[in-house]
Amino acid sequence: MTNKIPVFQAQKSSQHDMSINTELARKILTGFLHSEVTRTGFTKAVLGLSGGIDSALSCYLAAEALGAENVLAVRMPYKASSPESLSHAQWIIDDLGVQSLTIEITDMVDPLFAKMPEINNMRKGNIMARQRMIILYDQSAAFPGLVIGTSNKTEILLGYSTLFGDSACALNPIGDLYKCQVRQLSRALGVPSEIVDKAPSADLWAGQTDEADLGYTYDQVDRLLYLLVDERYTPQECIEAGFTADFVHSVVERVRRNHFKRILPPIAKLSNRTIGYDYLYLRDWGT
Amino acid sequence: MKCTIALAQINTKLGCVEDNLEKHIEYIKAAQTQNADLIVFPELSLTGYALQDLTSTVSHRPTADDPIFRPLLEASQKMDIMVGFVDEDVRNRFYVAAAYLSHGEVLHVHHKVYLPTYSLFDESRFFAWGDGVQAFDTPFGRMGMLICEDFWHASPPYLLWLDGADILLLHSASPGRGLGQQPELESAHWVDHINRAYASLFTNFVIHTNRVGYEDGLNFWGGASAYDPNGQRLVLGPRHEEALVMVEIDLNQLHRTRARLPMLRDERTSLVQREMNRILGSGDKNSGR
Repeated sequence: MTNKIPVFQAQKSSQHDMSINTELARKILTGFLHSEVTRTGFTKAVLGLSGGIDSALSCYLAAEALGAENVLAVRMPYKASSPESLSHAQWIIDDLGVQSLTIEITDMVDPLFAKMPEINNMRKGNIMARQRMIILYDQSAAFPGLVIGTSNKTEILLGYSTLFGDSACALNPIGDLYKCQVRQLSRALGVPSEIVDKAPSADLWAGQTDEADLGYTYDQVDRLLYLLVDERYTPQECIEAGFTADFVHSVVERVRRNHFKRILPPIAKLSNRTIGYDYLYLRDWGT
Repeated sequence: MKCTIALAQINTKLGCVEDNLEKHIEYIKAAQTQNADLIVFPELSLTGYALQDLTSTVSHRPTADDPIFRPLLEASQKMDIMVGFVDEDVRNRFYVAAAYLSHGEVLHVHHKVYLPTYSLFDESRFFAWGDGVQAFDTPFGRMGMLICEDFWHASPPYLLWLDGADILLLHSASPGRGLGQQPELESAHWVDHINRAYASLFTNFVIHTNRVGYEDGLNFWGGASAYDPNGQRLVLGPRHEEALVMVEIDLNQLHRTRARLPMLRDERTSLVQREMNRILGSGDKNSGR
């Protein structure tokens, strides 16, 4: 008898689909940029344009939010930077009609490298990122405009950035988007497909790629971070969901170890009212 | 009887009460040109939302001698007004509050009962929680006011319904969150969902105004709405943009819907009371508190 009872199976949903509604994201993020730039008394923005997808997306959003003429895109190549990066950045400048400036950092950082014969690539990369920050913050005063951040959620969580370097900004429109979501939104906003589809790279030396540095692909780590952070899975639940234990534990540890990059430096509390603990105001206070 | 309601989904300046009052007066004037009977402003419309340590500096008392409430009470001679503000009581406790003003009088003040203190929220760090949910009479019938998290819980709307409110006035400063594939955020979808449910379950009017704009990285999504006693949506304001959203409600719809669907008549309130007494008296720790 029982085999005659019609059984209706629920369709397996595409649970944990990370795709987003790009029109809604575009509306919220351009509104955010316009509101948070103009309420401080600015009308313009400055950003570093590397030729990669993250800064491209921030640039497209800023141009739409503020008007292309109010955005200054700064290209800051080093002598070892790929010429392709420079030309990809130029595509974006030409496509959007934003203002632009090219300042090579070789002459600024090489003298410091020369004083440190034992310097390694990691230290060089940090110095270059911080030199670019110095240029952007100088242009922030000169243009004038607020510095727009270009770090995505994946790299912020992994700490794949230079503290006070590429992570330094006045506001960040894309820091709550994982890399795969950055790709999706970039396509929707018309970022050239060559830029969207190329292997992400910090472009510190020839042939460098993020995924080789990290030891895994963005697609893998995006999915894991999404479960850990957004869906509040335990590491064990992530392993049960199909990730290897080594991968899960290394990412969990990396996220924890790099938390210092995501918060202001702790201030030692002495008084009854201490900045960061019980002196609490939004940045938008009074605006 | 009909009542024309203006839903003012405004942006606010954080901690700048005078500037926000000026915007209230502008919207009230605009609503007058639309022949509104009632204008509903969002949660904390006079102060902005994420006040943190500004809380104690922006409080006002809803009285005729208060410099902020005096012009609002004057404006209420021509149109009923619901505003959001920080109320400081005589013992210096601060509340997220809503006031209903009509013909120069304060008809009712509601103090937010549920202060979300989880996720991005930290309200009970700064505010005292309200300790009552009461309906009140207005020229347009009996109403009840609730503030944001109050109506994420089922009991406050239910209590107002039993206390005679036929119109639920809900207002929010709801930070948008939960971006997926849908054309609205999960938080917006959720609020719309429950408001429709309250209108349907209680055969009531449900009026909701939510603010727009940004505070640091938080976005507020607007989308003011009104539902009739059949659970039909009468209006939906634009998302993320300031607007004065106009809607006319026909109070005779209460008669027509409740003749068909006597949910109120059949509600077993004494059963509810009896079972509540049993549940709360049982000492079972799993029963809530």
